[in-house]
Formats: sequence, C-alpha cells, structure tokens
Amino acid sequence: MNAVIKFLKKPIASSLLAILVGFIVAAVVLAVAGYDPIGSFAALFQGALGKPKYIANVIIKATPILLTGVGVAFAFQTGLFNIGAEGQYIAATILSSIVGITLDLPAVLEIPLVILAGVAGGAALGAFIGFLKARFGIHEVITSIMTNWIMLYLCNFVVMSDAFHKPNSTSALPIHSSGYITILHEWKTTDAAVDALAGVPWLREALLKTDLNAGFIIAVLVAVAESILLARTKLGYELRAVGYNKDAALFAGIPVNRSIVLCMLISGAVCGLAGALNITGIAPHTITLLAAQEGYGFNGLSVAFIAGCSCVGCIPASLLFSGLIYGGMSVQQVMGAPSDIINIMIGTIVFFIALPAVTRRIAEWLERRQEAKAAAGDAALPGKEA
Amino acid sequence: MDSIILLVGITLMYSTPLIFGALGGVVSERSGVTNIGIEGMMVIGAVSAAIASYFTGNPWIAFLVAGLAGGLVATLHAVASVSFAADQTVSGVAINLLAPGLALFLCRNFFDGAAMSPIVTKLPKVLGDSWMAGTVWSNLNVNVTTVMALLLTLGVWFVLYRTKWGLRVRAVGEHPAAADTLGINVYKVRYICVILSGVFAGFGGASMTIAIISQFTQTAISGHGFIAMAAVIFGKWTPWGAYGACMLFGATQALTVLLGGGATVIPSQILAMLPYAMTIIVLILFVGKSVAPKADGVPYIKGSR
Repeated sequence: MNAVIKFLKKPIASSLLAILVGFIVAAVVLAVAGYDPIGSFAALFQGALGKPKYIANVIIKATPILLTGVGVAFAFQTGLFNIGAEGQYIAATILSSIVGITLDLPAVLEIPLVILAGVAGGAALGAFIGFLKARFGIHEVITSIMTNWIMLYLCNFVVMSDAFHKPNSTSALPIHSSGYITILHEWKTTDAAVDALAGVPWLREALLKTDLNAGFIIAVLVAVAESILLARTKLGYELRAVGYNKDAALFAGIPVNRSIVLCMLISGAVCGLAGALNITGIAPHTITLLAAQEGYGFNGLSVAFIAGCSCVGCIPASLLFSGLIYGGMSVQQVMGAPSDIINIMIGTIVFFIALPAVTRRIAEWLERRQEAKAAAGDAALPGKEA
Repeated sequence: MDSIILLVGITLMYSTPLIFGALGGVVSERSGVTNIGIEGMMVIGAVSAAIASYFTGNPWIAFLVAGLAGGLVATLHAVASVSFAADQTVSGVAINLLAPGLALFLCRNFFDGAAMSPIVTKLPKVLGDSWMAGTVWSNLNVNVTTVMALLLTLGVWFVLYRTKWGLRVRAVGEHPAAADTLGINVYKVRYICVILSGVFAGFGGASMTIAIISQFTQTAISGHGFIAMAAVIFGKWTPWGAYGACMLFGATQALTVLLGGGATVIPSQILAMLPYAMTIIVLILFVGKSVAPKADGVPYIKGSR
C-alpha cells in the first residue's frame, strides 16, 4: 500500500492514470453508441503496432508533433503560450520548399540548406511574435492565431504562384531529390536493394513501403538539447526566471524583453524544424494547398501537455499520440466505429492531465485510510490485553 | 452605394458567431477563468443545433439546445478549473480536442456515418425571409441572431457594470481572496460564469449552423472560437470592446469578399490574409498594451495568499 501511495505522488502517475481514464471513457462512448470496445481497441493496437510498416509510420508521424510539442513545452516553461506553432510549422515548409526547388546542390549542401531555411522561417515568425509582445505588449496568443492564418494563405499563394506551381496539381513542385532525408531513398528503389532486402522481410517492408527517414533521430536529439538548455545553462535559467516572475527577473538584471524574443525565436525554430523535416523526409516533398489548419501545431500542444511540458517527456508522448491517431484509422476500417473516437480519447487524456490534483487526492485519501486503520488497530490492542 | 450596403450586410453576418463566442470569453475571463475552449464549445453548439433543428423542425428549440450543450461542455471546464484548480490552459486545450471529436461522432451517429448534417430549418431573418428579395437591400435584412448578439452584448455590459452581481464577478476576477473575505462565494461565481460562457459559445455555434449556413459541416466552425478569443483580448476584456473587435474582423472579412469579387490584381490568397493582418496592424498602431483581469487564469484555493 505504501508503494502505491508513493507511486501516486509521482508526476508520472497522473499521466498514466489520465491515459487509463481516456481508454475507459472511449470504451464507454463506444459501448453506448453500440460498438464493441474490446474489438475496437484490438483494432487500434493492431493498426498501430501490427506490422513493421505500421510501426515505421507511427514513428514518421510522431516526428513533427514531437518537435512542435517540444517548441510549445519550451515556450510554456518560460511563461509563453505558443499557440502559433502551426503557423511556424507552415512558414518553415514554405521556405524549405522554395529553397529546395530553387537550389540544386549535392546532398551534403542541399540538405542542410533546405533544413536551415525552414528553421530560419519558423524562428523568424516566432521572434516576430515575441517582438510584438516585448515591444508593444501585444498578447502572444492573438498574434499567434493571426499568423497561423496568414501563413496558411501565404502557403496557398506560393503553391499557386507561377514560379513554384506544379501544373495540373494542387501542390508546388517537389524539392530536388538531393534534399531528401528519406533513409536510402535512391538505393531502395534499385534491383540490388530488392534482392538484398528479400531475406529480411520486416526491414524490406519498413523501408520500401514507408518514408522512413532520419527525422525522428534529429527530433529526439533536439528534445534532449532543449531540455539541457533549459535546465543546465545560464540562458535557460534566465528564460525560466522571466517565466516565473517577470518583475523579479528584471530586478535581477535579466533583460526581460530580450528573453521573450529569444524564447519565441527558439520555440519557433524548433517548430520550424518540424516543417523542414516533413519537406525533406516525407513524400510529396513539397507544400500543397491547405483548406484548413493541418493540426501539427495544435497536436503539438496536446503532446506538450501530455508530457507535462517536459521537453524529454514529449518523446514518449508524441509516440503515444501518433500511435493513437494512426492506429485509430483502422478502428474505422475494421469496426466501422467513427475514428473520431480517438479525438475524444485524446481530449479526455489531456483533460485529466490537467487534473493532477486527482491523483494527489487519491493518494491522500489512501494515506488517511491507512492511518485510520492503524489508529483503529492501536485502539484495539489494549482491548485485547485487558 | 450598393457595395457599402453589401459591406455592412456581410460584416454583420460574419461577426455574429464571433460576438457570441467573444462574449462567452469576456464573462469567463472577467471572473478569472481563462477559456481557451471557446472553439470547442462553439463546435458542440453548432452540431447540436443542427441535430436538434433536424429532428424537431423548430430552430428556436435548436438554438436553446445549442446553448445547453455548450453549457454542458463548459461545466467540464468549470469542474477542472474551479474545483480541481487545474491548469486552465491545458483544460481548455483538452476541450478543443474533445469537442470536435465528439461533434463528429454525434453527427456520424445521427446521420448514418455522414460527416455533415442534411439541410435543416434555419432561424428567420429579422424582417421576414422575403423582404426586398432580389435587391441589394436584402443584405441589410440580417439574421435574427445578429440582433440577439447586439442585445446580449448590451445585457452582458449592463450586468457586469451596472449590477451588484457584475461587481462581484469583476471582484472575483481581480482579487478572489478579497472577494472571499466579503462573503462572496468565489467558486459559485466562477462556476456560473464559466457555464454561461459555454452557453454563449453554444449560441455562437448555432448562429453559424442554423442561421448563416443551414447544416453542420466539419469546417462550419474552423477557428472562429480562436478569433473570438483574440477579440476578447483585443477588446480589453470588455463586452463592447469585444463587440467592436468582432465587427472590425467581420468588416475586413467583408472587404475581402468584395475585393475578391471584382477583377482586382491582388491574388485571392493575399486578400484572404487581410482580416488577420489588419488585426495585428490595428493592435500595433492603436490599441497598445492589453491588461487582463488580475486573477485571470489563476486557480483560487481557499485560504491561500
């Protein structure tokens, strides 16, 4: 019992409990709507982990939301709410595409340049939002929401512009293939590759049927780096100090306005990296017409919150999130239940993440009950002696 | 002249759902609870209005049902942020994830797996549906919800600034501990305000699906709640400020429609940015620093200082 209480007091307990509650709520909703919850969950797991191809796709889809999640978590820890991750992501895809289409260099130059362009785009947009807050006191949430939409239309403008539009399509031209970071993308289409991979079916499936790319490794490294930056460096300390108490930070000699701009710049850069990696790593390797926000930014918010705004915590959170979304598609295919159930589940999980007080209260209640039992035991003892 | 009438008509039409949502935001935030979930509450209002109008055939009942549904979702936010002292941003984001999923799930369940509802009965126009039909003047025959939004703004302003109850709400939003010592039940005030904000947002959703368009679609509410949220901050957390911000936004949107109609040299995608870019420019030039209610977003725990 003591172990249970101790566990419940750890932050991870509320996350795990929230995930459990998410599954329970989803099961109830499914059952009420007349679908078999057990079968649906089986389809969910099968769809996320059933084949090497599925696992590869879960990892691929986790990459951008891991990065936007890290961007959001980073900003949140320094007291800023970067709801503009979506716009910064789009800004990056636009710039990465433009650079990748225009330049045709060897891979060693092309890849870094395309990625850097995207990162710079996200960083510039983030810094702009930070600047407006620092200089004019305009709430970052307003500018973020506005820039999300401005970037969406800018993307559509670039897609449709004469210079970049791919004729008879709804997308821009793809970037030059030297900018691809898809693992072994040239080799894997050759006959030699097909022969070599014939003996290793799982690898063959993961490589040939998906866009498996180096992005996730880069994203994990960035998550760790951001975490170290925040926790172990002077700059990180200053940024967090501004987040905790602006006035105290100013009094301590920390340049508050510079910190706000810098923090949004870093957060924007990370969100931008998400966009750049999607352009370099995933077909069609370019931007397409957007009818609505794609949700990379908003899913990043969820990932960050499931992770309790810890940058490293975003790694498992993004995998969970992406597994649920990707596996959720087979719930509809196999069981006929609307895949929207996954959004209900994720919403419930995030909602219960917001309630860390619940697990704490359960722990306290267990503790009290134990103490009451112990007290009752003590009271009973003298009775026995008598 | 014609285009001015058209401009006014479209402005009023576009701004109406935003005004309802923004008023919800004002009420909740003035009591000290950040409400990022306005978008989600609007979506729930939108879908339940369409469902209710389809099955009852009475758009007025549907409008009320939408408010009720929005209020129910808001109750979740209230429980989390008031009773459990949760992080209000996180809880609001959760509502925004949960609500669109729930809305589509409901829609598919009621309408045989379709992601949109059939065409449903709409609320009437103010001057009857056939007033000056076919002429440009019919653009001024606004939806009845447009007038209701104006009246609701007046109502919220009156309650907040001219009644004892409004004073209590503002006190709770600025300094809950002080309000508590005066015998005001902080939790009760916040519960009422958050639930009301959901009711208003639900109305906002309904004014999209059973007044402007006449069905629920997946994109019926796409970002309106967030624009409403921005309008709250833009309008400095006052009902009329938020109303004006929504009007400005509606006007730039109308301008976009008008300019896009003619043979202008500006590409439509650049025009579409106008409302959003204008908002930022207006903020830089005229509005300046926005100051939130002091206790906005801070959970109140009795006895803490």
